[in-house]
Amino acid sequence: MAEYRKVYGLGAEFDTAADLMIAAEKVRDAGFKRWDVHSPFPVHGMDSAMGLGKSWLSAAVLCGGITGLLTAVCLTFIPSWGIYPLIVHGKPFDWRTVPAFFPIFFELTILCSAFATVFALLIMNQLPKWYHPVFNWERFKRATDDGFFVVIEARDPKFSESKTRELLEGIGGKHVTLIHD
Amino acid sequence: MTEADAPTVSLTTQPELVKVPLVQNDRSLSWISDNVSSIVESRTPLWWWLAMLITTPVALFGLFCIGLQISNGVGMWGENKTVGWAWDITNFVFWIGIGHAGTLISAVLFLTRQKWRTSINRASEAMTLFAVVCAGIFPGIHVGRVWMAWFLAPVPNGNAIWPNFRSPLLWDVFAVSTYFTVSVLFWYTGLVPDLATLRDRAKNRVSRYLYGIFALGWRGSNRQWRHYEMAYLILAGISTPLVLSVHSVVSFDFATSILPGWHTTIFPPYFVAGAIFGGFAMVLTILLPARLLYPQLDDLLTRQHVDKMAKIILLTGSIVGYAYLMELFIAWYSANKFEMFTFFHARIGINNSGWYSWAYYCMMTCNVLSPQIFWLKWARSNYIVVFIVCMFVNTGMWFERFVIIVTSLAQDFLPSSWRHYSPSWVEIWTFVGTFGIFLTLFLLFMRFLPMIAMSEVKIVTPEADPHQRKPGSGVGTNAHHS
Repeated sequence: MAEYRKVYGLGAEFDTAADLMIAAEKVRDAGFKRWDVHSPFPVHGMDSAMGLGKSWLSAAVLCGGITGLLTAVCLTFIPSWGIYPLIVHGKPFDWRTVPAFFPIFFELTILCSAFATVFALLIMNQLPKWYHPVFNWERFKRATDDGFFVVIEARDPKFSESKTRELLEGIGGKHVTLIHD
Repeated sequence: MTEADAPTVSLTTQPELVKVPLVQNDRSLSWISDNVSSIVESRTPLWWWLAMLITTPVALFGLFCIGLQISNGVGMWGENKTVGWAWDITNFVFWIGIGHAGTLISAVLFLTRQKWRTSINRASEAMTLFAVVCAGIFPGIHVGRVWMAWFLAPVPNGNAIWPNFRSPLLWDVFAVSTYFTVSVLFWYTGLVPDLATLRDRAKNRVSRYLYGIFALGWRGSNRQWRHYEMAYLILAGISTPLVLSVHSVVSFDFATSILPGWHTTIFPPYFVAGAIFGGFAMVLTILLPARLLYPQLDDLLTRQHVDKMAKIILLTGSIVGYAYLMELFIAWYSANKFEMFTFFHARIGINNSGWYSWAYYCMMTCNVLSPQIFWLKWARSNYIVVFIVCMFVNTGMWFERFVIIVTSLAQDFLPSSWRHYSPSWVEIWTFVGTFGIFLTLFLLFMRFLPMIAMSEVKIVTPEADPHQRKPGSGVGTNAHHS
């Protein structure tokens, strides 16, 4: 192809999850920041091999859960205490009726937590994102089948087309390929 | 699997201690993708069309009966003033209960690190969704005037009155709608990586675009997996109390009333155990034929899986049996005339006084006696026996709800108000129609979505273990088997 296309990064393929893990440790130790590994399933221990910490998605879920609980408290209390007190079977309608609202507190907490989880997941993973340069790499199709890949982005300050290629080949990467945007 | 392949050499003398691999014949990662995706990718088999040819008309006739009931009113059903709840709520509780197995497999077994769940969780979660769809129909239409169903929503109605938040019927609305929504979210989250697999394998444009859109551009990158695994863990964590709460809330519909036979504190745990019991039976009812139709799944849905599910059926069936006996004991211990009448006369039928005792005995036989055969290993490993027991359990769990609802209502406090109940054809066909809806949805699911969670099954293969650092091992090690 004659036209100029921006370089996205360099990709390398590995045979097994174990090889990928060793490679990730080496790329991490080489000091790269903008890079990623791709595997058909989550590889356990890869987060520390890549130097990533705990996922803070849980914080969003906590916020969602609290929102749900507060919504439920308002939803049950305001009508049955303020707007339109319903006296059924002569039962109390003030704060003493709280236990009867627990199921609703619980369900709305769960509902909002679940939505928070899924939306946080989409936001933190920047999904949906139907176009990504890695999809331009023909071999990358195997990342959802049985391929294990390391991709180092050109934006990384340590990136150099020749040296990074040497590094990836040195740690056992196969089919080292330049990925265009 | 030969002895030599077993990893724990020192234990070979005790074969029951050797861990049987979850994916048999040492299949490679690409074998898993190929064989699970092939169900979706191959030409639509003839049996699928034949099955659809049966289930779709049944579903449509069920919808016609629902239309008939909506246009003519609940008089189309067999209910009367004494028996105001009958097949409608029986069917509702039956279907919602079935859903519980899917959530149990996907959430509770995930938290307890039961790796064998990976082969069955996708199909079971789909079953949950379709069962909840069927369940949702009944409370919707049994209100009679369905256009008033919005009165169930937590908004002020025409007279500016808010619904009674202290009513278990309203809790039910919250519980069931939350359950359905969370199940959809959980199921879809699990599907995303597998949809990406189908997208990357797709041969034609249409399927590439469609799977591509729903896969959201998933790249399987570890920066994504990191959040994904956390999200999955949290969804499992919140689904676990949810699944326990849903059937508890359903049981409150009965337990908070003052009717003998309903007014029981044992109801929430008893209903939850029963729901898991009936749900596992339905999972097996669906998966055993699916396994027969797709022999390539044999290595993924192994005897081990069926054996473990049979054990859960045995356990929960025994819990249910205990609850039945405890109800009888409490009825006697309470010394309450009406309680004793309901249990010993209306249900057990002392002096031939129970109109629906036959249903009680049917329930006891199907739910308590039939699963006891699973104490025997040969029974758990014989698929025909397992399937027959599951059919008994499906029947028994339907009768359980029928017994609870109809025996308590038909012969109530005053003999002068006693009424017999028998279902009308509209009622029967509405129920049969929900089976049509359920099976049609499941057939569509089998045809268009990966029935087995590929990315999760891959985790339990030995290749996925990053600490197995033997050079050259891994991909393609199945060569000597196939």
